[in-house]
Amino acid sequence: MTTLDGSLPVTRRLVLRGAGSVVLASLGVVLFHPTPAPAANDKYPEDAFKQKDGKEAIRLLYGRTAEPSDKIKLDAPEIAENGAVVPISVSTSLADVTTIAFVVPENPNVLAAYYKIPQGTMPNVANRLKMAKTSNVIVIVESGGKLFSATKEVKVTVGGCGG
Amino acid sequence: MASSIRVRAIANGETTEVQTLIQHPMDSGFIKDDKGEFIPAHFIKELTFEHNGRPVFIADWGTAVSKDPYVKFAFKGANKGDDLKVSWIDNKGESDTATFKIQ
Repeated sequence: MTTLDGSLPVTRRLVLRGAGSVVLASLGVVLFHPTPAPAANDKYPEDAFKQKDGKEAIRLLYGRTAEPSDKIKLDAPEIAENGAVVPISVSTSLADVTTIAFVVPENPNVLAAYYKIPQGTMPNVANRLKMAKTSNVIVIVESGGKLFSATKEVKVTVGGCGG
Repeated sequence: MASSIRVRAIANGETTEVQTLIQHPMDSGFIKDDKGEFIPAHFIKELTFEHNGRPVFIADWGTAVSKDPYVKFAFKGANKGDDLKVSWIDNKGESDTATFKIQ
């Protein structure tokens, strides 16, 4: 404790130097932060898949809303006798499609599937989804960085998610 | 154990059409068993298709994809006899990989 007075300037200098490097380090973090952002697109969108609200799922996935397009062809049955297996397919004449997402707003988890379409892959997908009850099926197509959607109602006579 | 993945990939001109069927329970976590207890969620999260080491199709799935999932897509740039590598991983960390010849 007796050395406290004598060592004080040194300590202060050390503290300042330390603070300086902290500032530099945080600058570095800020400077290098923008690079990983685009890669986030490649990750599994955990939060979007847990959403209970269709609009919120789309916002989490893309950060914006989609506008309806007649260039998207959404094929789904008018009536699905078995909600556990509903064949749904989509094709589009939109150019530069990078992702296609299927949203079922009446399901417990609204986002059903999210497909990444690399260059050279056709913007056509067919799959089979579960539907808890009668609901719209919304397909979102990301084309040239813009979002487009198509919607079709499917009447479900026996649900596939309830129990 | 036999592979959980079945694939039919057919090259027709410059386009290859891929149909896939995977054996998986795809439990949503919202269904109860005979004792009235919820069956825990167990579903494939990511399914990837690679041609020559390049991803040609990536599916991110949630709980609403049907049991024993089916998916169909098509891509360009492959020839008959090329390999198509297919792999999936589920929410429990289980996974499977298989390679198929494009016909």
